[in-house]
Amino acid sequence: MAKATAYISYGRLIVNGKSVLNFRKIGSFVGMVLRYLILIGISYVILYPLIVKFSSSIMTRTDIWDPSVLIIPKYPSWNNYKLALRFMEYPIAFWNSFKLAFSVSLLQLISCTLVGYGFARYRFFGNGFWFALVIFSLVIPPELILIPLYLNFRFFDLYGLMPLLAKISIFSKLPAEGFNLLGSAWPFILPAIFASGFRNGLYIYIMRQIFKGAPRELEEAAYVDGAGPFRTFFRVVLPGSVYGLVVVFLFSFVWMWNDFNLTSFYWPKGKLLPIMLNDLSRNVLGDQYLHAPVEASLVNNAGSFLLILPLLLIYAFLQRYFVESIERTGLVG
Amino acid sequence: MKRFRLTLRQRDNLYGYIFILPFVIGFILFVLAPVIQSIILSVTEVTVTSTGFTTTYIGFENYYFALRVHADFLRQLVEVMGIMLLNVFWIIVFSFFAALLLNQKFPGRLVFRIIFFLPVVMASGVILQLEIQDYMMAIIGEQVVENYAVIDPQVMAAFLMRLQVPEKFMEYIAMAVDGIASIVNSSGIQILIFLAGLQSISPSLYEASQVEGATGWENFWLITLPMVSPLILTNIIYTIIDFFISTSNSLIQLIRDTTTQGAGFGVSAAMSWIYFAAICVVLGIVYLIFNRLVFYHD
Repeated sequence: MAKATAYISYGRLIVNGKSVLNFRKIGSFVGMVLRYLILIGISYVILYPLIVKFSSSIMTRTDIWDPSVLIIPKYPSWNNYKLALRFMEYPIAFWNSFKLAFSVSLLQLISCTLVGYGFARYRFFGNGFWFALVIFSLVIPPELILIPLYLNFRFFDLYGLMPLLAKISIFSKLPAEGFNLLGSAWPFILPAIFASGFRNGLYIYIMRQIFKGAPRELEEAAYVDGAGPFRTFFRVVLPGSVYGLVVVFLFSFVWMWNDFNLTSFYWPKGKLLPIMLNDLSRNVLGDQYLHAPVEASLVNNAGSFLLILPLLLIYAFLQRYFVESIERTGLVG
Repeated sequence: MKRFRLTLRQRDNLYGYIFILPFVIGFILFVLAPVIQSIILSVTEVTVTSTGFTTTYIGFENYYFALRVHADFLRQLVEVMGIMLLNVFWIIVFSFFAALLLNQKFPGRLVFRIIFFLPVVMASGVILQLEIQDYMMAIIGEQVVENYAVIDPQVMAAFLMRLQVPEKFMEYIAMAVDGIASIVNSSGIQILIFLAGLQSISPSLYEASQVEGATGWENFWLITLPMVSPLILTNIIYTIIDFFISTSNSLIQLIRDTTTQGAGFGVSAAMSWIYFAAICVVLGIVYLIFNRLVFYHD
């Protein structure tokens, strides 16, 4: 009788000349299971609050105190949404928020793209210095300049120019102490035009990296054909970097749409969604809102969902750009 | 007519400055001017009048007030630093790990990528604030843990105590576990940056190492990690900044409350400057430590 042989070679257990076990296959199978377990676990962490938020937004009081109800309410109702829609003045607030976020992010996109291109393609004197200032503007805490900016927008006189201008006859109608720009969209629009709004340093950085990674040959061809720098930029460079533009626009739109920090400071009475949401439970419940945490929470959840719903829809449409952009543009240089 | 011609260098200077002109103006008007004003404010006492505001110079009294008199500021500053170190460490580890996972090819990758970037879209200051105030959800959360959790955290803690695990270490783990949700939710952009870095590593490097007979483990330590190490530095710095300037940060809230209802503009400007100095110190130290470890490809 032949002796039974068993040995391991190339990751296989071989008994009597036959491969019985393939360790590599087992290993990759275990790896796959582990990977899915981890991914699903993390997805659960991300999605769970969303699910709870949504389910409790369609709950009623009885469901909350019913211990058998965890996620799916027994008496679902849209009542919280009706309240939230009415007291947030949703259509008006939505339109105002949209106008603000859209115009600000469009302006930021234009200015940051131009600036990013300048940094990426032209070796002008002081390039490194100005780019260091871009990073500086990103690093300083907004609180540091918030107060002076607040005062400047409250008494906006073009940094001392206006009193001088007012002496000239055509401008004599200008108020000498300056305009009050608070309570309007101007404190957001003006910095956006000049690429110095909230986190604009990040957008400049992203656009610069994108243009640096793009091939120069197309632009050189355009120059040879007689196009000037601006024509080249708009006709040749921009169409080639659509993915990057979408990502920057999406970032900037989302941050402006959700922003409560600056809007509550510059425009506290504005009918914008984050501000209306912050006051929602107080408006719905009147003076009682502190003593009725359940009702407040229910209606707040509905309101929060109404705030992020448009973003979720936009993300659903643009996620292809978002997820793929990394591969196409090479955000990193 | 004689045509006006520029040398290459003049052309670069001219068009370069035309392109970055918006930033130059914006920086001077909306960053530099406020920064200077804020320095001035921090050494003055501000009174707002109907036609503007007047300031009186009081020297370093505001700084003295913030550091020595104010009951909370210094304590919170130290606390925020501690939380920051913990958060940054876990966010970097998690986002790198997540990027490695999402970079592999497997069915359903797109779905997971969409879910992982979802927090970037949903991050909203006002919702966060509402959640902090939300008593009901806190109660429900406790109920769920009591009734449905497989391992009761308290039992778990008692068990670890029995094993004589050092208490400091346990606290650290407990904080990390408590913070998983917040770490996952603030890692979106870092994952994006790491993923971009992983994508940009040339496949030929891996092919060459495979020919040489390297294992996946060796590939990770000798190719992947060095190649993305500049991004680890970028991400650490981004995370620190993101944490420091986020509105959920308790110190930012404190500074803001001081502005609107507390000791006034001057003191809050002084606080902001102390805070900014602290950030700069932290960033400087981090940069010095990690820049030595980073491998630059070119």
